[in-house]
Amino acid sequence: MGADIGLDVAKAVEPDRVHRSVYSDPAIFELEMERIFNKVWTYVGHESQVPTVGDYWTVQIGRQPMIMVRHSDRSVRVLYNRCPHRGAMLYGDRRGNVGKGIICSYHSWQFDTDGSCKAIPLDKGYQGTRLAPGDADCNVKTAARVDSYRGFVFASLAADGPSLGEWLGPARIAFDDMCDRAPEGEVEVVPTCFRVIQQSNWKIFLENQLDALHPAVTHESTGRAAGEVEAAIQKNGGSAPLSYHFLSAFATPISKWDAFQTIGYRHGHCILTGYMGLRPRDPDTLAYEKVMEKAYGKKRMEDILGVNIHHVLLYPGLSVQSPLQQLRAVRPLGVDKTLTEIWHFRLKGAPEAIYRRALGYYNLVNSPSTMVNADDLWNFWKIHKGLESQGGDWVSFHRNAGQDLETNDATTSVIGTSEQPMRNQFKAWAQYINGAN
Amino acid sequence: MAKKTKPNARKSPARKSAAVKAKAAASKPNGHDTLREVEQLLYRQAECLDGKRWQDFIELFTEDGTYWMPAAPEQTTGDGAPSIFWEDRNLMTVRLKRLTHPRAWSQKTAWGTNHVVGNVTIEKEDARTGDLVVRSRFHMMEFRNDTTRHFAGSYIHHLKKTKAGHRIKLQRVDMVNAEGPYEYVLQAWV
Repeated sequence: MGADIGLDVAKAVEPDRVHRSVYSDPAIFELEMERIFNKVWTYVGHESQVPTVGDYWTVQIGRQPMIMVRHSDRSVRVLYNRCPHRGAMLYGDRRGNVGKGIICSYHSWQFDTDGSCKAIPLDKGYQGTRLAPGDADCNVKTAARVDSYRGFVFASLAADGPSLGEWLGPARIAFDDMCDRAPEGEVEVVPTCFRVIQQSNWKIFLENQLDALHPAVTHESTGRAAGEVEAAIQKNGGSAPLSYHFLSAFATPISKWDAFQTIGYRHGHCILTGYMGLRPRDPDTLAYEKVMEKAYGKKRMEDILGVNIHHVLLYPGLSVQSPLQQLRAVRPLGVDKTLTEIWHFRLKGAPEAIYRRALGYYNLVNSPSTMVNADDLWNFWKIHKGLESQGGDWVSFHRNAGQDLETNDATTSVIGTSEQPMRNQFKAWAQYINGAN
Repeated sequence: MAKKTKPNARKSPARKSAAVKAKAAASKPNGHDTLREVEQLLYRQAECLDGKRWQDFIELFTEDGTYWMPAAPEQTTGDGAPSIFWEDRNLMTVRLKRLTHPRAWSQKTAWGTNHVVGNVTIEKEDARTGDLVVRSRFHMMEFRNDTTRHFAGSYIHHLKKTKAGHRIKLQRVDMVNAEGPYEYVLQAWV
């Protein structure tokens, strides 16, 4: 492996640095598809995306086109988007309802939403052949495993491996934190999905998500611009919506980022503790707290709202911002091309103003007109190009290496800007690639 | 021909009245003068974008004006719904300050746009206030980082008549490719 540089892939990852080929070598990307993405639990969608029997969304797991569909028994099924007859994709659109059943547009083979074959035209033609209608070969192949946690549906293409609960481990706090903040304990998807393509390897995005040093550098322009306008509004006697703070917080000086923490878990998952101060004393928050207290009681409400998380990374395919009810799912399209699908959610039972707070973040930070990710995407492209070059072979993750606080299940960074999250991700990466995960 | 009588050589009362009628018609919906005026406004706006004159762009809006690009064509408001852009003048000013900041890193590559605006139709005119609703179509080509992208769709301008001419109270931008995947993002207004 490592065709372009002749490197043994097992030696590409060291505890504090990695070889550039893991980002740029197409052969290693193929290996990642086989040993990581075809095995792990991949987020396919939220149950509320398919409320009615027959509702479907098409989605990608690794590079496999899949369908998430609501079956007649109300369970959510995940099928390969491929007709077993001649291989056509069954659906070419993003969403819809199967109606009376799944019908292939090529020769009208018909299937139920669990993948079982219902009808094959001209079935007499199969008499005496090696294919008999009713054989399992006539069914649409299903994902090996499907499970969900608090409404978030995951699928794995491998029959073996840790259960979803085991795999999530303590990182399940991503969904607990989001859902617990809803007075009804559940969230509902807002059916708008922004899709942004990164001209870079998928790992570059994941490393950036928990890189607490980059915001003050990369997003200084947006942070300062928002801070200036925020101050001008206040000077004129107004009060700027919290959205401005979402942007101006990116200009938080590096010294403050050091006060935050990153905690790495098994399988490469990691969390970044919060910094945005999402519990201001404004009337909207106070009204929300009243509803929360009624639903949970004071002590439990304090516990829920006291959870201090900014990002949870579920390696290798999901970045969740639980206190702002949004997530970004990562779909690698090629060694140098990655799709992100960006969703946000409503907290069931919470006042409208709390939804609008999350919406402000979704529009300003995560929409296709984002003033924040514009500079990230520019970096990602430059990073990828740099890693294709022969100007150096190793990528450094040395900052605070050896200083992380290790316990059995977690690695806590000594300071917020430690490169612990990247080291933790590559530890998992090497385990997957070497077949140990 | 020289021998032909000039139609307006003698201004009969009847002819005078026809001229007045024609003038009155010109200021009605799709009438000549108002249409010319709003076309010029739309072209000026396009020139502001292509010339990167961001402050001039913002000043085409009323003090309470909004620039809106819905996330989906069926949306009827950006208030409380996901949008690609939903910006008042304050947020527009954040965008301006960011675009012109010396360390707005992604601005370091050469880029430019070219807007063509056409199919301009006055959909509504308030006879009392002079406020207008104007529909048009646009095509924008962007060149950025050695790559060409195309964005196209329709504008609906809700224009308010002021002493300084019409100003934009609300601009709705529906791109035909709004729901597609974005290879890179939109940094400035479209």
